[in-house]
Amino acid sequence: MTKIIYVDNNGTERVVEATNGESVMEAAVKNSIPGIDADCGGACACATCHVYVDASFMDKVGEQQEMEKSMLDFAENVQENSRLSCQITISDALDGLKVTTPESQH
Amino acid sequence: MDLTGASRIVVIGGGQAGAQALQSLRQGGYAGALTLVGDEPALPYQRPPLSKAYMKGEMTEERLYFRPAPWYQDQNIEVILSTPAKRVDRANRTVELAHGGHLDYDALIIATGSRPRVLPTKGATLHGVHDLRDLSDVERIRPNMIAGRKMVIVGAGYIGLEAAAVARQMGLDVTVLEMAPRVLARVTSPVMSDFFETEHRAQGVQILTGARLDHLDGDGDKVTAAILADGARIDADIVLVGIGILPNEELARDAGIACNDGILVDRDARTSDPRVFAAGDCASRPLVHYGRSGRLESVHNAIEQGKLAAAAILGKPRPVEDCPWFWSDQYDLKLQIAGLNQDYDEIVVRGDPKDRKFAAFYLRNGTLIAVDAINSPPEFLASKKLIMSGAKLAPDVLGDTSISMKDIAAAALAA
Repeated sequence: MTKIIYVDNNGTERVVEATNGESVMEAAVKNSIPGIDADCGGACACATCHVYVDASFMDKVGEQQEMEKSMLDFAENVQENSRLSCQITISDALDGLKVTTPESQH
Repeated sequence: MDLTGASRIVVIGGGQAGAQALQSLRQGGYAGALTLVGDEPALPYQRPPLSKAYMKGEMTEERLYFRPAPWYQDQNIEVILSTPAKRVDRANRTVELAHGGHLDYDALIIATGSRPRVLPTKGATLHGVHDLRDLSDVERIRPNMIAGRKMVIVGAGYIGLEAAAVARQMGLDVTVLEMAPRVLARVTSPVMSDFFETEHRAQGVQILTGARLDHLDGDGDKVTAAILADGARIDADIVLVGIGILPNEELARDAGIACNDGILVDRDARTSDPRVFAAGDCASRPLVHYGRSGRLESVHNAIEQGKLAAAAILGKPRPVEDCPWFWSDQYDLKLQIAGLNQDYDEIVVRGDPKDRKFAAFYLRNGTLIAVDAINSPPEFLASKKLIMSGAKLAPDVLGDTSISMKDIAAAALAA
């Protein structure tokens, strides 16, 4: 199990024990994390699973694919560390990953 | 009717809409009895991957589930699977179950979904002939997804074309039969139909348009070929039928609830009985951005109506009714659709289909009503906003790729 920490827009932290191979979005949905709706179920089609990745993990979460980049270009409140959580696959390297959900998704 | 005192809520149907209603009710603070009754054996699951990653064997069944089993316990939701609802008795506010027993309700959400149209030809019940709707359909189809096998797909709608893409990628020999003169004829414009036909043919799919199926031929009880009206014979080891769906409205209709190609609901997903709601494929709803009512067969619609029903029952403000949207994955193509393109009077193509990255905008009286975007999220996302705003757009600007979609949207929304 890999520990993922979800922080909501009020700063409340929720810690989830996630399974390697699933996405940061899937682990959130299974654990009822507020602010990650993931309407399309992870098809990179809806941009409702937008998160901010903690700076210390930016080099570990993998590169953005063209489709994700392009979706994020149009999401609300995008920052340097914005990602779609359905496109981040959980592995041992992400143990302790902290992601924050944007206010617009609450 | 004020239902905020409801302490017994029953949801019939564990698809996208039913699952959403459960979640939204609990998230919205509802603490009373909550029961899900569904006719399938599996916990509520996502259907879109059935004709995509799951069909290909790239996804476990567990990953299809919206929520793992413990979630339902944690949320104190009673889940009754493999059990169709037989009858709704509105006078006594109770749902009779097929295997006996009943569930009393203060508020009821009908999310019974839809069922595939049955092929009206001889041979439709032969072994090897499948629908593609439920998890159990895919379980039956998958053992036949072997390179070199011959698959015939009846109907070139999204389901049929998605299945064709998966089967081709797995090395099957695929033929798609379509009665209309072009693929996706019911749902999109000729420019998109041409694009998808070209793409599938380049991938090695045989597409026969204007093809009238006469019957399916069998050896004993096993399907062996599709026979067309002109006598042509197309060998088949497996046949997939994707010729549209019908709303499961009978439960409501038999209970005297108003239906007309779907269970009729208002903007709160409420039926003609104020204690009864309907959501998802089975419901015919007001399409507020289009000034008419209709049925939408989509994930977004199911989620939205699940939320609308929950909000109405809990007496909360009505959630935003978003512009309808859809998506389809075929090969490495992502089609994202915003809006409803019926009744368009002008079409603007932005980009070149040859680049496999372009969008077709649909306008009516100069207002954007829909977009089909291929590998073009900006066009899709900008259009959602533009459609909801009712902004006027100049066709030459929309088609000019030297102006970014962001700039086009900003200018139109400011006007």
